[in-house]
Amino acid sequence: MLTILLFAIPLAFAALVAVSRDRRRRVQLVPFAAFVHLALTAYVTITDAETRTLAGWLELDAFGRLVLPLLSVLFFACSLYLPSYLALRPNRPNRMFCASMLVFLAMMTLITESQHLGVMWVALEMNTLASAPLLIFDRNSRSVEATWKYIMIGGVGIALALLGSFFLAYAQLASGHASLLFGDLVRFAPLMSRPWLEIAFVLLFVGYGTKMGLAPMHSWKPDAYGEAPGLVGALLAGGLTTCAFLALLRFYHINDAAGEGEFARNLMIVIGLVSMAVGAAFMIRQRDIKRMLAYSSVEHMGILVLGIGIGGLATYGALLHLINNALTKGVLFIAAANIHRAYGSKHVDVVTGAWRKVPVSGALFLAGFFAVTATPPFAPFISELAIVRGMFETGRYTIAAVFLGLIFIVFLGMGQTVLEVVQGTPPTDVPDTGYRDRLGTVGPALLLLALIVLLGVYIPADLDAMVHAAADVLGKT
Amino acid sequence: MSSLVDPFVLSILVLNFLLLGTSRISAAIQGSALQGVALGILLVLIHGDPAPRPVIVGVVAIFIKGALIPGMLRRALRDAALRREVEPLVSYLTSLLLGAAATGAAIWFASTLPVAPAHALLVPCSFATILTGFILLTTRRKAITQVVGYLVLENGVFAFGLTLHEVMPFLVELGVLLDLLVGIFVFGLVINAIRRELSSLDVTELDKLRD
Repeated sequence: MLTILLFAIPLAFAALVAVSRDRRRRVQLVPFAAFVHLALTAYVTITDAETRTLAGWLELDAFGRLVLPLLSVLFFACSLYLPSYLALRPNRPNRMFCASMLVFLAMMTLITESQHLGVMWVALEMNTLASAPLLIFDRNSRSVEATWKYIMIGGVGIALALLGSFFLAYAQLASGHASLLFGDLVRFAPLMSRPWLEIAFVLLFVGYGTKMGLAPMHSWKPDAYGEAPGLVGALLAGGLTTCAFLALLRFYHINDAAGEGEFARNLMIVIGLVSMAVGAAFMIRQRDIKRMLAYSSVEHMGILVLGIGIGGLATYGALLHLINNALTKGVLFIAAANIHRAYGSKHVDVVTGAWRKVPVSGALFLAGFFAVTATPPFAPFISELAIVRGMFETGRYTIAAVFLGLIFIVFLGMGQTVLEVVQGTPPTDVPDTGYRDRLGTVGPALLLLALIVLLGVYIPADLDAMVHAAADVLGKT
Repeated sequence: MSSLVDPFVLSILVLNFLLLGTSRISAAIQGSALQGVALGILLVLIHGDPAPRPVIVGVVAIFIKGALIPGMLRRALRDAALRREVEPLVSYLTSLLLGAAATGAAIWFASTLPVAPAHALLVPCSFATILTGFILLTTRRKAITQVVGYLVLENGVFAFGLTLHEVMPFLVELGVLLDLLVGIFVFGLVINAIRRELSSLDVTELDKLRD
């Protein structure tokens, strides 16, 4: 029951928003729904409630238990930001936007809960549908272009993910079973047809990897994150990509159980490093702060799959990094949105001296930069350190060297742009947009930053146990 | 299995080449719609005994793939008042040659995989159709013709799903849902927005976002 309520409540609120005539009521309903979702998630997490339902089609497994609280917290922060953000955009219609956000939350929740191959795919497809109205919010030629690319590339990714799911089902025919539940797929994996299983994993990796935004399937990302409102960037970079990664973990688990883990891990190491390199290359002298964050997201998606590809302690590191990256992206995108609103631009040519013009958002942007580049005491330092230690433990010294080198390049490349934004004096020839830092616009980011600092100095035993439980599913930590 | 299966599978392959070679957008829309109809009929034929479920799913698939989405495409084509020619980025001959190479590659690739004898024709046909969809998607410049490419890609995925429908009907039926992605959102939202903003449906104008 709880399992169903978790995604049914946001859907019900989405319907309520869609029929509500009052503009302000619609905006207020989103944080309210997010709060209910957060409370329910907290209850399920703390009491370790039974979540198996609908004949095992839905259940929070170890991955779901780890990811759902993260998504709920991130969405809650974004929903707190929503009223202040929409107040800055009074001339834009908000009905579709608010309703889509809640559908987005419902579908993210369903992805974490789905134990059925088909249900998970549907949830991800619906998630893509729900993000289209979020992306096209500005309704200008740039946002239309970004949405078009997102839909076309994301659509191909989703079609390939479905084809990969078909292939996995076809591989299973050889085992004489016909179940699409992940538990059964893992159990029957050793009996499956190997060639079909391998090609299925490649397609699923490309399909869900497109949704994650791994290079070279990342081309939608800079456009989408660049043109979407900052809070949509936070939801995509912290939420949607996290869900797609969760899907990949489940398919990797099946392949590993079939004895094809080596093949999958090598694929993930290569794509992980390529994504990091592409992200690093495009972050150097990036003039658009939102596009810069998009390439940072490409880089960090690379770090996640690289960690899984290395295995052992790096698996633990990658799963912890999943949390840290999502929270950090929340801070960065909200800060970037505020800076964008304050200057009416997101280009470094105009945006300088944020420290003076919008002190809190400028400081948040700077802190977010240090966090995302894994500087202590922020949490990503701990998780990336675990990944590096995992590399040393397994004797992958060359990969570790490349990994550290790329992180250093990112630090320098991103740092140059970020410092230009933060330091200096604000340009005098830019008209005042009227934006000022207020509790509503900086509070949600401060909340997320506090979590990142907290997780950087102290990981609660319960959270540690949850990360270990998820890592143990993938074996040997 | 009915003896009519093979002719319908082959008709999908033939339509691939028609789609690659035609210069008229309306013919391309028609081609993808006919593929959808053939797939819906195949879904029913592939089941040995007539059962209600494949018939219902087949009819729904024919309606969505063969009537609903092509209808929306034709309306968008009429409203946009654009030139009725495909205007590909490569010549029609190149398109056809690429299609022939893709079909050859599909047959070879399918032969390297352990395919059940009953699916010996359907699997390579599915791969060839997916690759044709990719070619159309990447070499056509109008939003509408790119959508046709995407529909052909989907048709190819759905064709593979036919091999599984008897064993796992639910999973295959989701493939029909995939059409809703194109149907509702791409049309209701994006194509209209493109038309308003660019006053044409030429996606090569969608090139402002770059590093």
